[in-house]
Amino acid sequence: MVEYPKGSNMPRKKPSLLSICVILLCANANAQSPAQDQAARGEKLYLSQCSFCHGQTGEGGRGSPLNRPRLRHAPDDEALLRVIRRGIADTAMPSSWMTENEAQLVAAHIRKLGRVSTIATPGNPLKGEQLFRSTGGCTRCHTVQGSGGAFGPDLTTIGERRSSTHLRESLVNPNADISSGYFEIRATTKEGRAIEGVRVNEDTFSIQLRDAGGKLHSLWKADLKSLDKNLKNSLMPSYGKSFTPAELDDLVAYLAKLTEDSSQ
Amino acid sequence: MKILLTACLAAGTLFAQVSYDRLRNAAREPASWLTYSGDYQSHHYSALNQINHSNVNRLKVAWMYQTRGRQHVETTPLVFDGVMYLTDPPSDVTALDLRTGRPIWHYRRGIPEGISVCCGQVNRGVAVLDDQLFIGTIDSHLVALDLKSGRVRWDVPVADPKLGYSMTAAPLALKNKIIVGVAGAEYGVRGFLDAYDPKTGKRAWRFWTTPAPGEPGNETWSGDSWKNGGATTWLTGSYDPELNLLYWGAGNPSPNYNGQSRQGDNLYSDSVIALDADTGKLKWHFQFVPHDLNDIDSNQIPVLLDAEYGGRRRKLMLFANRNAFYYLLDRATGEFLLAKPFAKQTWAKSIDPRGRPVKNEASAPSEKGALVYPDDDGTSNWFSPSYSPRTKLFYQNVREKGAMYFLTEAQYQTGRMYLGATKRNLTDEEPYGALRAWNALTGEPAWEFKVHTPPWCGLLATGGDLVFSGTMEGDFFALNATNGKLLWRIQTGAEIWSNPISYQHEGKQYIAVVAGSTLITFAVE
Repeated sequence: MVEYPKGSNMPRKKPSLLSICVILLCANANAQSPAQDQAARGEKLYLSQCSFCHGQTGEGGRGSPLNRPRLRHAPDDEALLRVIRRGIADTAMPSSWMTENEAQLVAAHIRKLGRVSTIATPGNPLKGEQLFRSTGGCTRCHTVQGSGGAFGPDLTTIGERRSSTHLRESLVNPNADISSGYFEIRATTKEGRAIEGVRVNEDTFSIQLRDAGGKLHSLWKADLKSLDKNLKNSLMPSYGKSFTPAELDDLVAYLAKLTEDSSQ
Repeated sequence: MKILLTACLAAGTLFAQVSYDRLRNAAREPASWLTYSGDYQSHHYSALNQINHSNVNRLKVAWMYQTRGRQHVETTPLVFDGVMYLTDPPSDVTALDLRTGRPIWHYRRGIPEGISVCCGQVNRGVAVLDDQLFIGTIDSHLVALDLKSGRVRWDVPVADPKLGYSMTAAPLALKNKIIVGVAGAEYGVRGFLDAYDPKTGKRAWRFWTTPAPGEPGNETWSGDSWKNGGATTWLTGSYDPELNLLYWGAGNPSPNYNGQSRQGDNLYSDSVIALDADTGKLKWHFQFVPHDLNDIDSNQIPVLLDAEYGGRRRKLMLFANRNAFYYLLDRATGEFLLAKPFAKQTWAKSIDPRGRPVKNEASAPSEKGALVYPDDDGTSNWFSPSYSPRTKLFYQNVREKGAMYFLTEAQYQTGRMYLGATKRNLTDEEPYGALRAWNALTGEPAWEFKVHTPPWCGLLATGGDLVFSGTMEGDFFALNATNGKLLWRIQTGAEIWSNPISYQHEGKQYIAVVAGSTLITFAVE
């Protein structure tokens, strides 16, 4: 391919009317508002400069997860801009050479990653809370605002971390997306004692499990006959059949309201 | 006058503490740890045998030193003449009294804002020659320090950090050269390896790892892509004094994952290069991965071994590549001898008889995502392997982990990430690690010791037939070097991101490792 330096007299062909029309039609079809343009630029910058460590959708990886409404190092927009441009001292988060404007576009995209869908839920949250605390027996395993069990994840701010669709799916099919560490583990000691639970911690030589009763079991792996992990199986039962669709709506409506603000 | 002259000579001897001859014969001085990898052959092995199978279970903490490092402390200390020299992030050095663990001096470097480093402001150690220490800094300077005081003798810029350059590797000191490499391929820098005069800091030579037009190898880069082609030199290499050849790994081409703008093999990315130590001229090269699309940085430690191979005595290089293959090369000629996989990999279908991989095209990042083993952290990485001349085994910590890679645009802009993909970790399987031992000449597996999380700790084999390693959960442990059985362990309380070493002081053998930001030394009570 022949390359021409910028500003040189490149050979040009006069464009035909047809080609102009095609260009205009395409331009029209692809027309974006200035706000959409800015959002697209923010996303593109995020994907090229940030996503390798923080994940395509901010799910995290080598870097911290960003798909949450509150970020530890960036509680407000000013802090977020500072982090994007200057990095975080004494961490692997580097500074960047983004302009102020580019950093703002990226910051807007990151804030978008942390926003869950706000589709109105049809259920009644008060009824949902009753179900949560009574028939559902959810507090046996889950904590809300400091009260409840520790067998399942803390749900105090689940409403700002999971969409209503996701919450409903988790109630009906708990195996669809298992929170980190909350899959089924079964340990059997050399004496034949079997313990089923979720993982509190693990290293090369030991594992700590919590059973459904909330009891902690600390085990040396050398003392185990077997240690079986089922990463695709949650110990949470499905509520798809035990609740009516309306009750599920109520429960989802309650969970969706559990946010940092509601806990204050 | 005669008395004065004698005094001067005595002082000169006292202060010229680590001569080139000591460095060259480091393997014969196991009480010390004189170079990054212990010796020029990079065996990362200690012949000390006081600590052995009979007493390793009585290993106890002797003393600890808390560094100020809040990032990963990936350092390998140097130890000699009663003092340990330790670095901690970003580019600080501390001299410690071996008897007490108390500091003798500190060198603390102020780092300007705006240093772009892809993977943490880490530092992996110093080099020593005569009465000076040498450190490559995160803002890409080479600094010579007075051994006695830590005061700066000279400080020269090596590269411009605004372009994305940084320095994390320990320099390598030769007879009259200090060799330093650079990092920054994630920012599209042009890689090189430099040699400096230890007395003055004047640059003696530079070898660019992406050749310019007119130089051999430039034809392996389309257009001007060589200008921002990466192939950085961010880990310390090895040296053969007899051949006077320097061996150094070169990293991934830039952009890491999108090869559209850099058609061709992209020499000398993902290669080991053999350079004349006096001139920096290329003697030979071997490229492990032509036109890499998976960030297979080939910066690992070249381990040098003289052994019978194929019926004759040969000068060999052992290279456990991040790409999951263990290579044997003839280090006099660069001839390919062997490639054997030591971990799960999907990027190559096979390695042909000349050592060139037959690639699996499905492992190239794509819009719908490509599942690749190993992930971009590799099966091996910067953490050191170890070779024991007693067991004839090669020891390597191995990371077993895959990931999905999605192709994105890659447009070079000064000082910005230049990658060409995004990554997604796998959620339906748990990654793990293993300490693996294999026959150094055949690659045949001998044993493995599995660990819970892919490790970032180097290995140390010893004359006591032990192998020391650490885990990401803070366990530091010793295995029987012959069969991999666990003999001793301690929970240190922090992730271990460093290479263990051994030394002897006042007649006693010590093992030292950094866990979290704390240096811990161990000895038998």
